[in-house]
Amino acid sequence: MSDVASQLTTADGRPLKAALATAQARAKRRAFFLVLPLLAFIVITFAVPIGQMLQRSVYNDGFSQTVPALTQWFEANPKGTVPDEAAYAALASDLNLMKETRMAGDAGTRINYVVSGMRSLFTKSARKAADLEPPYMAALLDIDEDWQDPRVWNAMRTASSPWTLDFYTIAFDRERDADGKLVKVDENQRIYFKLYIKTFVVAAVITAICLLLAFPVAHLLATLPMAKANLLMILVLLPFWTSLLVRTTSWIVLLQGQGVINSILVALGIIGDDGRIQMIYNQTGTIIAMVHILLPFMVLPLYSVMRVIPPSYTRAARSLGATSWTTFRRIYLPQTIPGIGAGVLLVFILAVGYYITPALVGGADGQLFSNMVQFHMTKANWSMAAALATMLLVGVLVLYWLYDRLIGIDKLKLG
Amino acid sequence: MVASSDNAFVSFEHVQKSYDGETLVVKDLNLQLAKGEFLTMLGPSGSGKTTCLMMLAGFETATHGEIRLDGQPINQVPPHKRGIGMVFQNYALFPHMTVGENLAFPLEVRGMGKSERETKVKRALDMVQMGAFANRRPAQLSGGQQQRIALARALVFDPKLVLMDEPLGALDKQLREHMQFEIKHLHESLGITVVYVTHDQGEALTMSDRVAVFNDGRIQQLAPPAELYERPDNSFVAGFIGENNKLPGVIEELNGDRAVVCLENGERIHATAVNVRAKGEKTLVSIRPERVEFKPELIPEGSHTIDAEVLEVIYMGDILRTRMKVAGHDEFVLKCRNTIDQVPLSPGQRIRIGWNPLDARALDMI
Repeated sequence: MSDVASQLTTADGRPLKAALATAQARAKRRAFFLVLPLLAFIVITFAVPIGQMLQRSVYNDGFSQTVPALTQWFEANPKGTVPDEAAYAALASDLNLMKETRMAGDAGTRINYVVSGMRSLFTKSARKAADLEPPYMAALLDIDEDWQDPRVWNAMRTASSPWTLDFYTIAFDRERDADGKLVKVDENQRIYFKLYIKTFVVAAVITAICLLLAFPVAHLLATLPMAKANLLMILVLLPFWTSLLVRTTSWIVLLQGQGVINSILVALGIIGDDGRIQMIYNQTGTIIAMVHILLPFMVLPLYSVMRVIPPSYTRAARSLGATSWTTFRRIYLPQTIPGIGAGVLLVFILAVGYYITPALVGGADGQLFSNMVQFHMTKANWSMAAALATMLLVGVLVLYWLYDRLIGIDKLKLG
Repeated sequence: MVASSDNAFVSFEHVQKSYDGETLVVKDLNLQLAKGEFLTMLGPSGSGKTTCLMMLAGFETATHGEIRLDGQPINQVPPHKRGIGMVFQNYALFPHMTVGENLAFPLEVRGMGKSERETKVKRALDMVQMGAFANRRPAQLSGGQQQRIALARALVFDPKLVLMDEPLGALDKQLREHMQFEIKHLHESLGITVVYVTHDQGEALTMSDRVAVFNDGRIQQLAPPAELYERPDNSFVAGFIGENNKLPGVIEELNGDRAVVCLENGERIHATAVNVRAKGEKTLVSIRPERVEFKPELIPEGSHTIDAEVLEVIYMGDILRTRMKVAGHDEFVLKCRNTIDQVPLSPGQRIRIGWNPLDARALDMI
């Protein structure tokens, strides 16, 4: 077939394919110029920052740029070599350099991420660096015994290159022991990965509640007469038009210990005054507030799918002998799958990355993974924040891939 | 064939339907169907025919009156327990199921075993010549094929009554005509009772045992096709079914069913009185275009003839359609067959036309 096509020529003898390409080139160029502004905008505001974030999670030159001598020694001696006098001499010279460039704090912070309590070791030693005399090993150990800790040397070796996986090691609640092996950190220090899993679980719970609440509403919207449906639609969209802070504050008013709901329950005698239910500043508060905020994202795709399902399908099923439940399960529900898929994906992805609501109403145990990202950003630990954010991104992409495998992304219908 | 209210298979008794409590969509419907009958509900949109069908299927409840199926009142029976097969206007084939699954669905919900199901599905598909399509999705089929599947699905569980709601509306003319015959043949070979809703009069005449012409929530006439066409009861039926010439006038003589009508220009014609009661009453005389004659030897002796001026002759292949000015009206049409020995008429020609008084029906004025 392609052989025949390649032999075809236009009336003046040019190959048909070449003629077609030139004929379409102009249209293609014009189309490209039309999308160029948006393309540039996306590249500048989205692709580049994301790329930088990904890079920062594996790149940190806080230590490596201040230790030229140590870097040389690490290159000359393979991993596992016990640091000798030459190593300590290199360290002393680098500490001197740190003192001059006032970089001891930065360098210490970088090592401190991996081995806690090491920032002061660097600042203290750098302060005294000018007075150091050979033999450097003894002199440095004199300042602090920690200088012979193999974990410090291991950490310095990996940190001497700006490219590192240290931050991912931390994010997965692992650390390197004295032999350089990856081990789990102490039970009570495992925070990141646990929170990561918890965030996905909470997001799944929120998505499930949203689906259960939104499905009947969307069905009602799709079947009501236009005038009533529009009114109901406004009620559904109302949360969209209200400021996030106003909504969250009103939840605080409703749910807090001395709030409206508790007071009503006490007044009705359902609970005692001392048995007021804690519904906010904990995980319950996070879930309630986020369900409220994300509900429209579930209702709208469901509605857009349900609206175009003709009532004749359910009628046909009923006339063929199916009960209303069978009709719903076998005929109606399968046809709403594109809407369910879109709503679930949308709500879940938004919930996984949500930050402001858990921060306001989450209390101590209602915090999600994004709050941890924010925490490290305020501490200027950009690499750690980037590593955590990358984990979130990867998690969402994996789910997206799963969705495509199970349901098919072409079935997605957003409205 | 025509059923009385005692032995009727389906009967509507004084059925009324209102959606808003202010207007009646169906006004006092009385209708009996015999077993095995093919009845068509014909009428313009909004005449109440689809509402009647939906009440019979169970998707709408009658505001008043009783609907009986095989002697049992079914007003309170939910649609899935009525055992009525239905073909919908847009076919309503379930898009997420294959053709085979669509057909197996009514058998499955009845708890039928797998092997029996397969036999029945295969037989139903073969019946509509779609045996090779069991594994296709409805979206992969053409309109005509979907129509056949919808038909097979409505028949696969052997219902005694099948309802069809404008099932051929979405097909092109040729396919529609072909499917009309197929549905008719299926009806005959299976012996099922069919209630068919359409607004296409040609379809109604071709397929039905009886046709109920609906307008304004009432049955205007319920009769076999030939009677409906040749002897319409009132002006609505005469105007809705087929092409019709209407000449307004006043009854001058009335003797039994024979009447003499004085037209607006003073000319007199013989007509058959249908629903006119007294002399001096205004009337609309209806004459089918193919029953108008202009050759003297074909006009019955003694009947009035009337002047006509040919305005236009339209060549339509099998027939020649001649538009003429008669008694002051220039929309009078005469149809004659395009045969070798046909006398050609030309515009401007003046002729005398006449007809058998039986074909000129004096109807009510609308």
